[in-house]
Amino acid sequence: MKFKKPESLYDRNTHYCPGCGHGIVHRIIGEVIDELGIREETIGTAPVGCAVLLYDYFNFDVIECAHGRPPAVATAMKRIHPDKIVFTYQGDGDLAAIGTAEMIHAANRGENFTTIFVNNAIYGMTGGQMAPTTLVGQRTTTTQKGRDLIKQGPPLKVCELLSSLDGVAYLERVAVSTAKDSMKAKKAIKKAFQNQIDGKGYSLVEVLSMCPTDWKLSPAQAVGFVNDEMKKVFKPGVYKDTDVK
Amino acid sequence: MCQAAIEAGCRFFAGYPITPQNEVPEYMSSHLPEAGGIFIQAESELAAINMIFGASAAGVRCMTSSSSPGVSLKQEGISYIAAAELPCVIANMQRGGPGLGNIRASQGDYFQAVKGGGHGDYRIIVLAPSTLPEIYELTMAAFDYADHYRNPVLILGDGILGQMAEPIELKPYKPVVELPEKDYILDGCKGREPRIVKTLLLRPAEALVEFNEYLKVKYARIESELKLCEQYLTEDAELVVAAYGITARIAIDAIDAAREKGLKVGLIRPITLWPFPNEAFKEVVGRAKKFLVVEMSNGQFVDDVKLAIDCSRPVEFLGTGGGWYPTPEKIFEKIEAVYK
Repeated sequence: MKFKKPESLYDRNTHYCPGCGHGIVHRIIGEVIDELGIREETIGTAPVGCAVLLYDYFNFDVIECAHGRPPAVATAMKRIHPDKIVFTYQGDGDLAAIGTAEMIHAANRGENFTTIFVNNAIYGMTGGQMAPTTLVGQRTTTTQKGRDLIKQGPPLKVCELLSSLDGVAYLERVAVSTAKDSMKAKKAIKKAFQNQIDGKGYSLVEVLSMCPTDWKLSPAQAVGFVNDEMKKVFKPGVYKDTDVK
Repeated sequence: MCQAAIEAGCRFFAGYPITPQNEVPEYMSSHLPEAGGIFIQAESELAAINMIFGASAAGVRCMTSSSSPGVSLKQEGISYIAAAELPCVIANMQRGGPGLGNIRASQGDYFQAVKGGGHGDYRIIVLAPSTLPEIYELTMAAFDYADHYRNPVLILGDGILGQMAEPIELKPYKPVVELPEKDYILDGCKGREPRIVKTLLLRPAEALVEFNEYLKVKYARIESELKLCEQYLTEDAELVVAAYGITARIAIDAIDAAREKGLKVGLIRPITLWPFPNEAFKEVVGRAKKFLVVEMSNGQFVDDVKLAIDCSRPVEFLGTGGGWYPTPEKIFEKIEAVYK
């Protein structure tokens, strides 16, 4: 077996920090799009956040959106091009804070596109502020004594929240902190794209991912943080699947 | 407006309810799908304008409409659409402000529309119709200007225009300017290199400077090519009234009354508010002794009139803020008072 770059990814170094999960998620998406043979049909959205430059790495059409607005942009693009494959790639600040309304309503309308939601529990690009998904007790530059349950509330659980919406077809939370997790993540992401091809409606895969730089941990410690802390609060698993009756 | 949009090939509309423009999304919700288009009632003004961002990048003629507070919310998206150089049409049927204000007619959003409103150095084309037949014609043209210049076009109306009824003569749609091929559309990269629609320009450091320079040249070209204006009885006018939109229509009654009394009064009615028709003002400034600006705000449009004539003549002012309109009688009184 030859290990080579998927056609859906350019052969380039990324700007991501050592130990960051975005590179793994990009790789998985690239492999899935190749395997489904949809590269020339795909339109991706780039979020505001660390992944804003993802069009430097993906070898297909991309539209860069305002912060939080990818679901609105993707809604229009998919309605206009129902035969194309549209996906949003969003971080926790983008999807679960400033863009909560856009995300919930696109999901509830059952828009037939795919969302890859990368949850690393922090605002990475702006330098490590509290995210909606920051864990209780987690130190950030705006919760320097740790997130306070009373003052800042608990982390927002997107899969649990969306699981109550009738319009949603598929929700799964995965991680990319171990090889086994990444393989599961790939399976989930492939299903989320296949659902769109099959016209099943809104699919979202939440990916627990590492941010060693802003967590102020080594890459190895960051993997430990996902496995030992994040997975306790954000439990991996399938939260909704309309295929399962 | 809706009929014109559909005839001009608008096939995507996203909007959010707000008075006094609800008739627009209501009409579109039934008539646009009949024409093979897509109507979406968005969850917010932000979502609506960002749907327009996506729709325009997807390659279709698209439109949104709202009224003042809603248009404030759309400003984020308008800045992005201008930066991405995507065509779209936005209608603002202005209501009284600031804040929630009221739902009566106003022209209080002039600065927001003409001077910018969203962040960054950008311009949008602003069209100000004064009658329903003109809304019909300008709406069709708005789509053409948007495509021709790859720029958002705003139709700046008000609550009176938004609520009144008037007969219009339907005309078959015919482009008013050349329509370039859309080589930016995102529809999958089959048979071509991938395309990117983006507005972030970080590197090299000069990239954004160069892009802004490019925009400056583009805006200068629009300014040199697109200026619409109507003049009424200005050939011998010693007092020139300047008004736009519904206010100009009201002012015509007052000017006719003044003419009956032998006062030499005329009207300049800018139809494009950006680009501003400076030349029309420069043309009459030699003859006119004085100008009178009438607008439904407490002083916004008046600044551009002063700039257009380099403050070379006295500029009198009659403004009504807070969602109120000037009556022909009130304008006539002002004309008599300032005419010397």
